[in-house]
Amino acid sequence: MTERSWSMSAWAIAGIVALPLITVAVLGVSGDDDGLWTHLASTVLGTYARNSVLLALGVGIGTSVLGISTAWLVATCTFPGRRLFALALLLPMAMPTYLMAYAYTDLLQPGAPLHTALRELGVTLPPIRSLGGAIVTLSFVLYPYVFLLARAAFAEQSAEAIEASRTLGVSPFATWRRVALPLARPGIVAGLALVMMETLAEYGAVEHFAVDTFTTGIYRAWTALGSPHAAAQLACVLLAVVLALLVGERLGRGRARYSASARRRRPLERWQLTGARAWGATLACSAPVVFGFLVPTIALARLAWQAGVPRRGDELPRLAGTTIGLALGSALLIVALGMVVVFARRLRPTRAIAVAARLAGSGYAVPGSVIAVGTLIAIGWIDDALGTFVGGTALVLVLAYCARFLTVALEALDAGLTKVGIRLDDAARTLGAGPGRVLRDVHAPLLRGSLATAALLVFVDVMKELPATLIVRPFGFDTLAVHVHTYASDERLAQAALPALLIVAIGLAPVALLSRAVDRSTS
Amino acid sequence: MQTRLAVLALALTLGSCQQDATPDETITLNVYSARHYDVDQQLYDGFEEATGISVALIEGKDDALLARLESEGERSPCDVFITVDAARLWLAEDAGHFQPTSSAALEERVPAHLRHPDGLWFGLSTRARCIAYSKERVDESELSSYEDLADPRWRERVLIRSSSNVYNQSLVGSLIEAHGVDATEAWARGLVANFARAPQGGDTDQIRAIAAGEGDVAVVNSYYYARLLKSDKPEDKAVVAAVGLFFPNQADRGAHVNVSGAGVATHAPHPDAARQFIEYLTSDEAQKLFAQGNNEFPVVDTVATDPVLAPWADAKRDTTTNVAAFGKQTRAALELMDRAGWR
Repeated sequence: MTERSWSMSAWAIAGIVALPLITVAVLGVSGDDDGLWTHLASTVLGTYARNSVLLALGVGIGTSVLGISTAWLVATCTFPGRRLFALALLLPMAMPTYLMAYAYTDLLQPGAPLHTALRELGVTLPPIRSLGGAIVTLSFVLYPYVFLLARAAFAEQSAEAIEASRTLGVSPFATWRRVALPLARPGIVAGLALVMMETLAEYGAVEHFAVDTFTTGIYRAWTALGSPHAAAQLACVLLAVVLALLVGERLGRGRARYSASARRRRPLERWQLTGARAWGATLACSAPVVFGFLVPTIALARLAWQAGVPRRGDELPRLAGTTIGLALGSALLIVALGMVVVFARRLRPTRAIAVAARLAGSGYAVPGSVIAVGTLIAIGWIDDALGTFVGGTALVLVLAYCARFLTVALEALDAGLTKVGIRLDDAARTLGAGPGRVLRDVHAPLLRGSLATAALLVFVDVMKELPATLIVRPFGFDTLAVHVHTYASDERLAQAALPALLIVAIGLAPVALLSRAVDRSTS
Repeated sequence: MQTRLAVLALALTLGSCQQDATPDETITLNVYSARHYDVDQQLYDGFEEATGISVALIEGKDDALLARLESEGERSPCDVFITVDAARLWLAEDAGHFQPTSSAALEERVPAHLRHPDGLWFGLSTRARCIAYSKERVDESELSSYEDLADPRWRERVLIRSSSNVYNQSLVGSLIEAHGVDATEAWARGLVANFARAPQGGDTDQIRAIAAGEGDVAVVNSYYYARLLKSDKPEDKAVVAAVGLFFPNQADRGAHVNVSGAGVATHAPHPDAARQFIEYLTSDEAQKLFAQGNNEFPVVDTVATDPVLAPWADAKRDTTTNVAAFGKQTRAALELMDRAGWR
């Protein structure tokens, strides 16, 4: 394939994947909304905007603190349990945000045993169903994105840069702040971008926590007010915010370029922490695992135990099969598509390709329900035009997932590819290798870790995905997440606890693999 | 090679996800249902036994099922759509998802105020929106009506869930039917001023919050209370011991009643079988199961009410307001609640 055809492929992928978003945009600017926009703007829009911004900022700060600090400790220090934490700190990834919300409200809301017990001791907890509650719980499940990418970035840093800084008389903390942190910036920002987008698109948890954001507003406008137009208008505002954030990040990097030399550098030697510092590190790494994974898992297990065999329990193996199959198929496809886009951009780093990649990637911040509506409408048009019935097949679901999760693959692959010196490509090309061969023989082996990371991240995301699956799945095509939500939304959480635990259990395998993939690519 | 492997893997995994195809020789009725209770399967089995027609079911959230119907359009395989709440039935009706069905059996069995005037849908069970109250801090004689909850003496004592919730939309819709938009908005402002906390959680959470002392009265659906009454868990028993249930507006139109209902889908491949199915759901044995599934009241009054609801079986329920009428007020209700600051 020539460079040109790579670009064409990237554009084709971006076009298909952006289809649902474009549909939403068209819907937002056209058609009659029957005065609803004026109504929303004069009543609830301000609340939506304030809550969405505060939530994204709060979770951004929360995940940065948790993710960067633990990543630094695990990547550059030695303390009791360090190797275990390299894996354990990823565990919250297997915990969907909505399960976090269910589990913590069940524990901490007024009338819950823990709440009552604490109150008898004279401790009154702030209300869990609040913006604060949402920020804290979301931070505890979403920080692994920052941790994962920051850890890889820290681990890949060479000793020379750090030592040079120390030799010049800079204190350890200032070295960290002025050398290590800026060098790790692409990784951290990629992680943070995923977190912020995930937060802006968050539906299940914020809805449960009674926080009105753009996502809940979109859902409300569309379902309760029955206006897809008003929903699309709100979605367009959200989309604009996300694009501004992404562009801002690119501009913020300015003209800095991160391209490592191909020469194998001397890796950083780990600092040996001792005494109180060592145990302090252990404690700091334990907290996110305890609150982001152990507590909700135990809470769900307790519920499941009390409930006994749940309704339709015999269907769980089939539901698990569907969930895994769907997640696996989508992950492979999305990573393949992502690789094409990332590689095309590297071959020809033109503005047009960059725009295509951005377009293809912006779906992550859009609520799954919006993607679902966009997908359904777009597919409906296609079906009408061609007389097909794609609308009733699993293909719609796969398209929706592509639209929603391509960014995850793009960010992970991009962060990996940035680390591969451009000189390697130049050398290979000079030696006569075509683009395809560079990808296969140079990038693929070097990017093994990133490819695995991308695939596993997408797998976990698809497996947990709820709103889009809920809306576009074909007849009888239930996933575990759908099953859980059906009961949880009917205030029968106990019935949902066992399938919820199954989601977490299925998520554990890819998370463990993810940890190994990162270990291998950084050691 | 790797690409080909990936494609193959994708094809295999997607292929393995396909569900069993149903045989063509017998009719299979496709039901979209927003209900999901243990007894539902018994109902479908019972129908198959009686008619030989098997039922393929897709259970899901009402909103999701509506979106599906919308997107599937003429190609929809849906025969019967079952959902809860007049507001949602109205949304489906307004979007043109139901076709009129005329059935002497249904018209005879389902009271007129619980079905659509043109036979677009039929109520199958009812629930009342009640006032739950703290037995300790409220005397039942202090309670009278929904309207009264806006009175200043309830300041910081009222618990209720969000205006995004369809039950509240229907309740406010019924108040609009009774008093008009302006009076209802004034009422909503008074109610909002009486909130004990920002609306949050579901109806069960409101009942638990009364027991926990967060507020004194709450507006909840009858079956949530009934569910707690049936529970064996000690903490649930403690909750119902502390909380009472009151059917309001006994002196005038009666407690606000809502339905779960079913209609024949506009593009139903098997409209006759669909009608038969809904008729079957109004038969005595089906009514009993259908209502029991969610501790609701049967629509057919000859069918006995679940013992758990017996204490309220004779409470006056609003039979004058047609359920179809307040469903139509959903949007007005929502806008009014937005203006009143009811989140």
